[in-house]
Amino acid sequence: MLGKGVIKGLAETARNFVGSFVDRGRLDGNGITTVQYPEERRALPEATRQFPFLLYDGSDPEAGLRCVSCHICEKECPPRCITIEKSTDKKPDFVGKPQFYPAVFDIDVSVCMSCQICVEVCPFDAIRMDTEFELSTDDRFDGLMWTKEKLAKSNEYFRAIHPTEAAEVDERRAQELVAAEAKAAAKAAQVAAATVGASQ
Amino acid sequence: MTSLAVAEVEIANAAAPSGIMEVAVGPHHPSAHGVFRMDVQLDGERVVRLKPVFGYLHRNHEKIAETCSYLGSIPYTDRLDYLCSMTNNWGYALAVEALAGIVVPERADYIRVIVGELTRLQNHTAAIGFLVQDMGASGTPLMYAFREREKILDLFESLSGARMMCNYMRFGGVRVDCSPEWLEEAQHVVAGFPRFLDEFERLISGNEILMARTQGVGVLSRELAINAGVTGVMLRATGVNYDLRKVDSYGIYGRFTFRVPLGEHGDVYDRYMLRVLEMRESLKILEQALTGIPVGAIMDPKTKLRGLRPKVGEAYGRIESPKGELGFYLISDGTANPYRYRVRPPSLINLTVLEDMCLGQNLADAIVTLGSIDIVMGEVDR
Repeated sequence: MLGKGVIKGLAETARNFVGSFVDRGRLDGNGITTVQYPEERRALPEATRQFPFLLYDGSDPEAGLRCVSCHICEKECPPRCITIEKSTDKKPDFVGKPQFYPAVFDIDVSVCMSCQICVEVCPFDAIRMDTEFELSTDDRFDGLMWTKEKLAKSNEYFRAIHPTEAAEVDERRAQELVAAEAKAAAKAAQVAAATVGASQ
Repeated sequence: MTSLAVAEVEIANAAAPSGIMEVAVGPHHPSAHGVFRMDVQLDGERVVRLKPVFGYLHRNHEKIAETCSYLGSIPYTDRLDYLCSMTNNWGYALAVEALAGIVVPERADYIRVIVGELTRLQNHTAAIGFLVQDMGASGTPLMYAFREREKILDLFESLSGARMMCNYMRFGGVRVDCSPEWLEEAQHVVAGFPRFLDEFERLISGNEILMARTQGVGVLSRELAINAGVTGVMLRATGVNYDLRKVDSYGIYGRFTFRVPLGEHGDVYDRYMLRVLEMRESLKILEQALTGIPVGAIMDPKTKLRGLRPKVGEAYGRIESPKGELGFYLISDGTANPYRYRVRPPSLINLTVLEDMCLGQNLADAIVTLGSIDIVMGEVDR
């Protein structure tokens, strides 16, 4: 029958119109796929990634910064948005070994494409992906060029946004610390034994 | 064509002496599916010549990949056909695996099939939604399709961290493992999908406006389709049984039972129906893959992601992406960057037959025909 499709379409409209008042599945929020952002916000999945940030241990972003300025992320970054300048002096890392640190660490987030290759290649767990997405700024250049100070975020923050990943990293680093301490103790014992041997 | 669309076409040469009018549809036309222009010569409403003009979105994809490491190219492949980043990763990963002789663990192969078929579902929902939108059904069918697509994008986000630019697969496996909860959620989405398809088909498939606008429109002959190298739904709508999942059985597709739906007329309606039927077949594959997924490793332990230097040689990896045969051709000279990197984009090659499908038809039908090709300009222009 000519016009059947039109009537079917109108019936669909009518069903949805009435359904929005009486359909229990729609009234209690199930089956609704949209939310009233920004008043309402859905919880982000744990894996969500936006832009990278730098991790530091403890409370001092300068002293605890994990980055040792090895330039791997700078070289691997597909759109080349990372700029690193190595320091001239060294500071001790979490196991006490002296390491370089970045004198300059800039990420141009207007170029960054959130691919997290930098996170995958970092051997020091120093860079991770943030979940912050409301980042608009009226400053086209400096506002989107994030420096070391803006990028540095604490390990507690990392634990809060990516709990599973942070637990894995923390455990691995704790093991590394234990191994480093054991090695240091063994070396100290060796040195002590050698000193004792020499004095006898 | 609606009056609004007529108002938006730029009249380039209104009064040609022969009575032929030349109209440039696009590149900012809402039905152009991206920045794409059709230079159309019209005799009244009838198309007598059609010249596709593209390149507005060219961004040196292949040259950039030749300056990047093998790992660094993966996020760029996401941005080819930006609706189907997962399958783009897959095609590239297959090419590098063939080049470097990498074997993928079984679980990773299963995860690839799962996300690949989910990608096919969400691409086809978007494709038929936009196709119906091009015919003037603005709103309802597209929103229904997008509501369902969103559930699959949520799955992608909780797995890979991003809805569309997933950057998920790696040569040698996949980046992160999927949790049992994720598989359960995926099963839930797959189980709910036929309900959407039934609802959509009840609303649209038998609709007389849809049939009047699509049946016998944009007919592509079997000979031309084969000669022009057209692949995917476009080719199968003409009745040619060619699906790389069956022909190549890449990955572990040989283990699943599914059928390849074929059309017979090669018109827009066949392409629409084929997409719907393909989604139903994808659901069958997904059900089998989600129940059969084994435990185990997700990455080949011997594969070095950073600083991969395959031995000198060349390789071609191809998959049946939702749009057709997506191939990556790589030549290695033994260094950390590919010497040559070439993409065989299904969208571009399917687009080349646009003029042949549109000649002698009304301009409004040319818009619908373009919509039925299912192009993404990110892949056409690269």
